[in-house]
Amino acid sequence: MLHIFCPHCGELRSEEEFHVSGQAHIPRPLDPAACTDEEWGDYMFFRDNPRGLHHELWIHAAGCRQYFNTTRDTVTYEILETYPIGTQPQFVNPAPAIRKGDQV
Amino acid sequence: MTTANVYQQRPTTEAKAESPLFHADLKSLIGKGRSNPGVVLREKKLLGHLTIRGNGHDPAFAAGVHKALGMELPGALALVSSGDSSIQWLGPDEWLLIVPTGEEFAVEQKLREALAGLHIAVVNVSGGQSLLELTGPKVREVLMKSTSYDVHPNNFPVGKAIGTVFAKSQLVIRRTGEETWELVIRRSFADYWWLWLQDASAEYGLSVAA
Repeated sequence: MLHIFCPHCGELRSEEEFHVSGQAHIPRPLDPAACTDEEWGDYMFFRDNPRGLHHELWIHAAGCRQYFNTTRDTVTYEILETYPIGTQPQFVNPAPAIRKGDQV
Repeated sequence: MTTANVYQQRPTTEAKAESPLFHADLKSLIGKGRSNPGVVLREKKLLGHLTIRGNGHDPAFAAGVHKALGMELPGALALVSSGDSSIQWLGPDEWLLIVPTGEEFAVEQKLREALAGLHIAVVNVSGGQSLLELTGPKVREVLMKSTSYDVHPNNFPVGKAIGTVFAKSQLVIRRTGEETWELVIRRSFADYWWLWLQDASAEYGLSVAA
């Protein structure tokens, strides 16, 4: 079982106390009525699926019941950091992670 | 005062009140079981529970709570007690206040007066949750069976309160003394916890106290 650091409780808790809530840092369009169907569809339904670092929204469901962000490596499942909503991550993907032989 | 509708929710007439474990008839179990029990369970029933929400970083909020309750607003994972009342941290903007039976209405009014003008919420949740107290040398063993959280004294000193996964559900564990722990439980789960705790403490001997 993973131990995840909750930035609100300030300590490591077991994974079963948490739920993941999808990709983080998705801003809602300021004027939804002015969006094209494509822009709105991208906002609503399309998510990144990177190999490497992924920024995700998690909730400490059994503890303080607050959301926070994590940076997780989708290859190793390692969680590099957790940080409060409204702040920026320390770790970001260096470059588009497309390698030789990848189906793009 | 705020414009919130605050009223006495506890019947002041002779209306019959049933605790969440009324059906278990704990009274008839008092004094039965092993003579030297490892775990003693006490239902602290029908207390006044209030959740307080507000900005913990606002000194005016902390001062208002202190003025109304005479207790400091606790920081993360902390529990502060004064007499029979206690206030604990639930989240960065949420606290749980537990006061003796019948005092919740007056306390809520006092809080609203002291916090007037601030962006806050005070909600009486007395009917929705309950408190179980576990005392004894084997309580820690029972907790270790039930939760993945580390309840070793190094990690869980007296005065700490945490929300966590417990058995197949969730609750709040509070350590109020060297061998005394409290569980804040949902009313609708009371029967489940009662059955679980009977099973988990059977090998150490369970006794029920008044």
